[in-house]
Amino acid sequence: MRSDPKDYELVAPGSLQAAVGLLARSPGEWLPIAGGTDVMVQYAAGKLPSRKLVSIWNLAELRSIEVLANEIRLGAGCTYTNIREHGVIGREFPMLSSAARWTGGIANQNRGTLGGNIVNASPAADSLPALLAYDAELILISVRGERRLPYAGFHAGYKKTKLAPDELIRAVCLPRRFSGYVCHARKVGSRNAQAISKVCMAALGRVAGQTVEDVHIAVGSVAPVPLRLSETELMLRGKVINESLVSAAKKMAVAEIRPIDDIRSTAKYRAAVTGNLVAEFLNLLSADGKA
Amino acid sequence: MNHERIVGTAVPRKEGREKVTGKAVYVDDMVLPGMLYGATVRSQIPRGRIKKITFETSVAWSEFVIVSAKDIPGKNCIALIGDDQPCLASDSINHPEEPVLLLAHPDRHALRKAVDAVSIEYNPLPAIFTMEESERGSEIVWGTDNVFKTYLIQKGNVDDVWSRADYIIEGEYSTGAQEQLYIENNGMVAAYDAKQGITVWGSLQCPYYVHKALMALCDLPAEKVRVVQMETGGAFGGKEDYPSMIAGHAALLAMKSGKPVKIVYDRAEDMAATTKRHPSRTRHRTALSRDGKILGGEIEFTIDGGAYATLSSVVLSRGAIHAGGPYYWPSVRIRAKAVATNAPPHGAFRGFGGPQSIFAMERHMDRIAQVVGLSPVEIRRRNFLQPGQTTTTEQVVRELIDLGKLLDRAISVSEYQTKKQEFAIENGTGATKKGIGIAAFLHGAGFTGSGERYLSSVVGVEGCADGGVRILVSSTEFGQGTKTVLCQIAAEALGLRYEDVTIAQPDTTEVPNSGPTVASRTVMVVGKLVESAARGIHQTLKLSGMLGDSYSAEEFRAACQAYVAGHGQLRSWAQYDPPPDVFWDDEKYRGEAYAAYSWAVYIAEVSVDLTTYSVSVNDFVALQEVGRVLHPVLAIGQIVGGVAQGIGFALFEKVIWQQGRMQNNQMTNYIMPTSSDLPPIRVFFEELGNVHGAFGAKGIGELPMDGPAPAIVNAIEDALGVRFDSIPLMPEDIYDAITARSLRGEDEVASVIR
Ligand SMILES: Cc1cc2nc3c(=O)[nH]c(=O)nc-3n(C[C@H](O)[C@H](O)[C@H](O)COP(=O)(O)OP(=O)(O)OC[C@H]3O[C@@H](n4cnc5c(N)ncnc54)[C@H](O)[C@@H]3O)c2cc1C
Repeated sequence: MRSDPKDYELVAPGSLQAAVGLLARSPGEWLPIAGGTDVMVQYAAGKLPSRKLVSIWNLAELRSIEVLANEIRLGAGCTYTNIREHGVIGREFPMLSSAARWTGGIANQNRGTLGGNIVNASPAADSLPALLAYDAELILISVRGERRLPYAGFHAGYKKTKLAPDELIRAVCLPRRFSGYVCHARKVGSRNAQAISKVCMAALGRVAGQTVEDVHIAVGSVAPVPLRLSETELMLRGKVINESLVSAAKKMAVAEIRPIDDIRSTAKYRAAVTGNLVAEFLNLLSADGKA
Repeated sequence: MNHERIVGTAVPRKEGREKVTGKAVYVDDMVLPGMLYGATVRSQIPRGRIKKITFETSVAWSEFVIVSAKDIPGKNCIALIGDDQPCLASDSINHPEEPVLLLAHPDRHALRKAVDAVSIEYNPLPAIFTMEESERGSEIVWGTDNVFKTYLIQKGNVDDVWSRADYIIEGEYSTGAQEQLYIENNGMVAAYDAKQGITVWGSLQCPYYVHKALMALCDLPAEKVRVVQMETGGAFGGKEDYPSMIAGHAALLAMKSGKPVKIVYDRAEDMAATTKRHPSRTRHRTALSRDGKILGGEIEFTIDGGAYATLSSVVLSRGAIHAGGPYYWPSVRIRAKAVATNAPPHGAFRGFGGPQSIFAMERHMDRIAQVVGLSPVEIRRRNFLQPGQTTTTEQVVRELIDLGKLLDRAISVSEYQTKKQEFAIENGTGATKKGIGIAAFLHGAGFTGSGERYLSSVVGVEGCADGGVRILVSSTEFGQGTKTVLCQIAAEALGLRYEDVTIAQPDTTEVPNSGPTVASRTVMVVGKLVESAARGIHQTLKLSGMLGDSYSAEEFRAACQAYVAGHGQLRSWAQYDPPPDVFWDDEKYRGEAYAAYSWAVYIAEVSVDLTTYSVSVNDFVALQEVGRVLHPVLAIGQIVGGVAQGIGFALFEKVIWQQGRMQNNQMTNYIMPTSSDLPPIRVFFEELGNVHGAFGAKGIGELPMDGPAPAIVNAIEDALGVRFDSIPLMPEDIYDAITARSLRGEDEVASVIR
């Protein structure tokens, strides 16, 4: 541990109301800590600038999973294990279940939360492409009340979000309208488990015969924020899948991303793999149309 | 031949219960009264001179003990082979993790801020980071020519063969640095007392290396230095030389403060500052006859030693001797060289130079096969060493090894031929390409050449007052099974039960110097000495008339008790005695390089996913002849672990260097394989026995590190038809090569045929 515990203060208010109350009194001073699986990594490395931590771990209000007629409302404090174990999520949002399964190891999955993954805002975060592909919405809460906004656009730039300093994410809403869609998610990490993604993708779509009716493609680790490939999607909608469409989609996907060289991989590798994953998905979609 | 009751069986580990119940005491569990915690201020720049050191006023410095090179009572060096590595830099800086100052404080959390509050100004000097830069010599960073050591091995007249050759085949191969990644980071506790001297307790492989280093550093006589090994959570060579540095640091702080001091590295410091496997480059130029027989060749083997000499000369020696692989070379010239760069010194890591030069040899063999037009199986079969032939150092192979037979068995259990055919068909379509590759190799057990004679190891066996038997050796347990196997050997030799034998925790005031725990020597060399010392106990009891030739365990116990009651002590010593027919010439590097070799054929099956360019190893056959297997479970564990580490070496573990510093010094970004990245590893033993080792054992620990990388890269070439000669081989490299090939589209192999 490269930090001195004496330099830090931790409070655990015990209710959501009390937590947002504390945030409201001096906005920006207190850093929420949920599972701590990102915050404590920074702490251990001696790189956690916020000295005041407010624990929101295990607040009942953040841990519920509500299955409503048209959506699932997932408390932001739900852990990856909660997500993996939930039957409806497994059936209707399998790409989120897969992302939960790919995140760290079992210990990490018992602690790490979906809210933490969103607000930590790593471009390599594994559950975020799935949220983008499923058109997730967020419910934010503060003493000023709740507001609801689409998750797409929540990330304002590298590690920046639209969360106000006195706000918490309360829940993530997933619309229940993707039954019958083909979905394909893949994490390309540096090993098969316990790896940070070099590229990750979550994509879903529907075809009539070979014609693309609807398609959502989201990718991570290839731009400052997780990305929906909206131009590629637009180009694909209404088209017949064939070899030339697949290669055009690959090209367009590569043009939409902004990968970089870093300690884990190279920009050109990330670009090539993104293109390949898009192609792999389209081939699955096409196969579904033929079935 | 095998009538033994205990060796050859899977008895429980001696220290296993303590480990699994959490009772085992590691160095970080130790707390002494009044103990301080120590930390190291390091250089941060690769090369230069220290101009000025400033202590920022944000820290209450009066609470800290501060040690600099000026506080060293003895010689400012880590005594090992040469004495070139300072314990604390006083003026020159030669790598970016060089220790400059030591700090100690009662609160371990206070140290980090203090370390950060020391600022050092430098006059920087130009630094070098590659073997090529070092060889160019435009900057001399060590000695007069940047060269730590060279060796020349010559057999026959290789200059004659080129004109007779039907093929001349060249290749260049390279391997990267590799971090040992033992579970327990390095750590030491030191305590000083003017009367008793210095005592250190630590995580280490070689108690007497630390002992020697502390004597020189602290200017203390042997009896005033005590080194105790604590339970050690893995080592793999990584705790061979660096523990002397940390012990020295803890000792200096303890001497200055008069209080016990603990230094335990965190993972980031351990990965950045301590030793790694030497990066290497090997060049082959080989002459072959039309029928694929090696006529002769030149091998140039170069390793990057980092900033100080440390163990590089010995790593180089082993690498050079293994460079010719398990093949017969009528003539050969091997030039080996260890060069200096401004990186932290590289050190020992399982295999010790062998995995580097064997990677080159076994990749080169596949290249030769292609050029000559033979299969990888056939080219090896035609060139295997046979009993009676000589190795590259002209050692006559006296073991009755039949490498062709090993190869046949490995081919058969791996279903090599069937898979070859299947893959040839399947690979036509689909985004996954499969391949299968072979590596054949050998690994010498024990110290090289005259090494064992110089070591002249001593072991003791003691009959105790309670009638039990205790082994006294400085050989250390760090997960590999030293304690268990040595106790098996003593129990077997004395006809006792395994439970009747215990082994002392290595403590230099209690145990003799049985040599370092390295070089796959413990079971073979030290084990043999334990066997003879144990027999000495029986001899003594017999001569005193207390025990006959056959006896029960209870009779032995009673005799032992009676003897100790009467004489006070019952001890028997054995010292290494070199076999009479062993000849080694240190000058010419010729002769019996090792008392025994282990032999192996490994076969890897891989698939390459062309969507992600990543490689999966799907099946792995590890077949070896290691003499007698004394403990089947531990032996299989050694092989499986070594293969896993070899897979990491080949495909995952890449040190990212910048200005001589490791950038990815976290387990998040330095990628070692997990269990989900490993194939089934199928282990097979042939047991020919060995006259030099205890109950016929040979070395086993390092061998499995040698073969996986070349077998895997050979399999990848088989899958893709693209050649890779450098490891670690990452998906990014595969992507680059495939793209480059589709741009170029020519056949490279053609260009080398003469
Ligand atoms: C060993 C290990 C492996 C990992 N592997 C992966 C992986 O494979 N894939 C991956 O994507 N991530 C991985 N992570 C990162 C991490 O586990 C995830 O990002 C996790 O979701 C973070 O959740 P948390 O609750 O632990 O966040 P915390 O560390 O508690 O918080 C992270 C950030 O989110 C904020 N925050 C948390 N909850 C809320 C909320 N409800 N409202 C507002 N702000 C909030 C905090 O203030 C902080 O800024 C790994 C981490 C570790 C230690």
